[in-house]
Amino acid sequence: MISLIIKTKKHLKGINIRILKNQIFAGVVFVFSFITISPIVLIIYKLISKGYKQINLAFFTDIAPNTYEAMIALGNGETIPGGILNGITGTLIMVTMASIVAIPIGLLIGIFLYENNTKWYANIVRDITDILQGVPSIVLGLISYFWVVKSITHGFSALAGSTALGIMMLPLIIRSTEETLKMIPETIKEAGLALGVPYHKIILRVLIPTGFSGLLTGILLAISRIIGETAPLMLTALGSMGVNYNIGKPTSAVPLLIWEFYNDPNMVDLIWSSSLILMIFVLILNLISKHLIAKKNN
Amino acid sequence: MSELIKHIEAPVLDIKNLSVSYNKEKYAVANVSAGIKKNRITAIMGPSGCGKSTLLRAINRMHSLYPNIETKGQIDLNGKDTSTMSDIILRRKIGMVFQRPNPFPTMSIYDNVIAGYKLNGIRIKKSERDEIVEKSLRDVSLWDEVKDSLTNKGTFLSGGQQQRLCIARALAFLPDIILLDEPTSALDPIATKKVEELLIELKEKYTIILVTHNMAQASRISDYSMFMYLGELIEYGKTKNMFINPINEKTEEYLTGKFS
Amino acid sequence: MLNSEKITKTLLFLASLIIILLASGMMFTLINGSIPVFKEFGINFIFSTKWNPTEEKEVYGALPFIAGTIITSIIAILICFPLAFSTSLFIGEYYRGRGLAKIIGTMVDMLAGIPSIVYGLWGFYVLRPLIVDLGFNSQGYGIFTAGLILAIMIIPYATSITSEMIMMVSNDLKEAGYSLGATRKDVILKIIIPNARSGIFSSYILAFGRALGETMAVTMLIGNTNVIPKSIFDTGNTMASVIANQFGEADGLKLSALIAIALLLFVITGLINGTGKLLIRKFS
Repeated sequence: MISLIIKTKKHLKGINIRILKNQIFAGVVFVFSFITISPIVLIIYKLISKGYKQINLAFFTDIAPNTYEAMIALGNGETIPGGILNGITGTLIMVTMASIVAIPIGLLIGIFLYENNTKWYANIVRDITDILQGVPSIVLGLISYFWVVKSITHGFSALAGSTALGIMMLPLIIRSTEETLKMIPETIKEAGLALGVPYHKIILRVLIPTGFSGLLTGILLAISRIIGETAPLMLTALGSMGVNYNIGKPTSAVPLLIWEFYNDPNMVDLIWSSSLILMIFVLILNLISKHLIAKKNN
Repeated sequence: MSELIKHIEAPVLDIKNLSVSYNKEKYAVANVSAGIKKNRITAIMGPSGCGKSTLLRAINRMHSLYPNIETKGQIDLNGKDTSTMSDIILRRKIGMVFQRPNPFPTMSIYDNVIAGYKLNGIRIKKSERDEIVEKSLRDVSLWDEVKDSLTNKGTFLSGGQQQRLCIARALAFLPDIILLDEPTSALDPIATKKVEELLIELKEKYTIILVTHNMAQASRISDYSMFMYLGELIEYGKTKNMFINPINEKTEEYLTGKFS
Repeated sequence: MLNSEKITKTLLFLASLIIILLASGMMFTLINGSIPVFKEFGINFIFSTKWNPTEEKEVYGALPFIAGTIITSIIAILICFPLAFSTSLFIGEYYRGRGLAKIIGTMVDMLAGIPSIVYGLWGFYVLRPLIVDLGFNSQGYGIFTAGLILAIMIIPYATSITSEMIMMVSNDLKEAGYSLGATRKDVILKIIIPNARSGIFSSYILAFGRALGETMAVTMLIGNTNVIPKSIFDTGNTMASVIANQFGEADGLKLSALIAIALLLFVITGLINGTGKLLIRKFS
């Protein structure tokens, strides 16, 4: 046993090295963490610094310029005229349509999963929901192309676009609904049952109001997720020059406009301001959600 | 008026004016001074919130993990100021056993016993390792029970066995002092009895400081007892004397069950 | 009263059928659409590297895209791992519960909110010139550039789950480690990680799954050449990217080839994500 003690004393020298290694490790963690968050700072800086010049009221109320207008403006050294109105209306229309379908269905399925938590059938539904959540958005665009563009509207359309977006929203709303409801204490539901309240009223008058902020957060996050999607819309909505209110016809969207601007050498400068607007909307939605979560936790 | 033992001959641990606070105003431990006698069991008792665990954890500087905790005062180990020792050395000389048995779930029983060496990156020959594991497990009377299943995960033992494993883990470093923070409060009576018997055996080689909320336990196994209340050391004396004839009023109230 | 309960339960059940119909419908559409190209080329479609849409000589093969997808995603995970893991330790261990962790956590979440096309733009105008300056590729496109932007995009997914798993390791175990003289690094490497390893592993699987399906950012940076890349600075193409690029005016056999690629993508991401989620569920 004495040999043990000696061994330990020998290792006393190694202790300073260990303390040093400990500090180096912490230092590396620190540095890497800051490297990790640097893109967000850099990207936002880039968007703001290059995009702010273009933004004025007209940016929101004018439709996108065509390539000749842009070319002329560039030649004269002027800011490119026009705005992203057609994109904004297109996005609004498609997001609204997607939400009108995805929110109620998502809520219902979420409630179903919550009520039937342990049954084997519910587990299958949950697994399928999870699989659906992981499907790349381009695949959803392709699916919507066949289901809507080819079969229903016989041509690219806002309806097809919103279908793809709706399918994207659905799993997100389902899962967040289920998670929100699961966090409501059982006793609240039991209190309602004990008072003889009918099942559907418990859902409508007790569960949903109690979990309202959580449900709303899930919905807002789902919306913020689809607002920025480009790929599926390329296969479904295609884009349009002007504002379009006909859901059976092709329509623009903010990300689609950005893609068009990017691909057109005359309009490339518009990408920054449009991206900035897009980012601002996404960030606002995210901040509102975070605020709701924080309020709920208090 | 508090009555403290004025003088312990050559205390192995000497606590001098120790104060611990969680935020600037409130003191969880307020100006405690005491010498701990070698090879004895010293119990720290008191009602919930009196600061006994905080005092115990200050001895092996567990509070340095939590930045909002401030510690003042000095603790000497074998005459040497512990603040001159690094955390690593200090914690090899002073081992700790926790309230809930916490063997490492991903390690086998064998590895749990020498976990201290593994965590510190100390390389020892297999023969020495085997020697340490067997000795430590024998010392806690676990060897016969587990010698054929040393490769099983530590969490497959009963609560009492797990706690003895944790004690073995602390013994593997041959520390001077073993700190135990309510080690039997999560165990059933039979396991508790085994641990208590173990501690009485261990005091021959080690110095034991034990926090307990169970007065009966303190009276059963400890040689010296400290009574704390609201962060202060109210009374400190030989256990027998304190229980039969407490000097301080508060001590008497506690011992007669007026508050817990 | 019983009646309304039955109605509600039926309604909920019918709603649940919708998701099953949706998933089956998707599988059906994809499989149906792939049949022509598999009929024409058989299973070789998956392993062939030929891609020629000219009429009369049409031949299609998916291997370059499968290779490109997997290689870029692997590069993404390799780059992402040290960064995301450090950030998880920052949030879940070093500054756990403190204000700084919340700030960093929020900023990492913001990374998840940036649309793919914005990443593509930034990658194109900022990263690409960097790669050119460093001399890796004359135009800055390639597998590495795409992998790099993917890494940034998947960091939030890996970070958030990993930091949760790290925080789930019981404080008792950590304190036991410290009481035995371990340094913080020791506790992290020898106690926290072993006890959280399944959860951590599955978070990277899920991040990998996410990288597989990315379209816009990749298509803007990868160079879009339908070949298997020979080095990481070569250009290439991915499954998602080729679908987006070649979709316009695709018809007949070509369209079928794209659908088949979509089917492969669907299956691969489904398997990877399914595995990841299974592991996480097993561990919570």
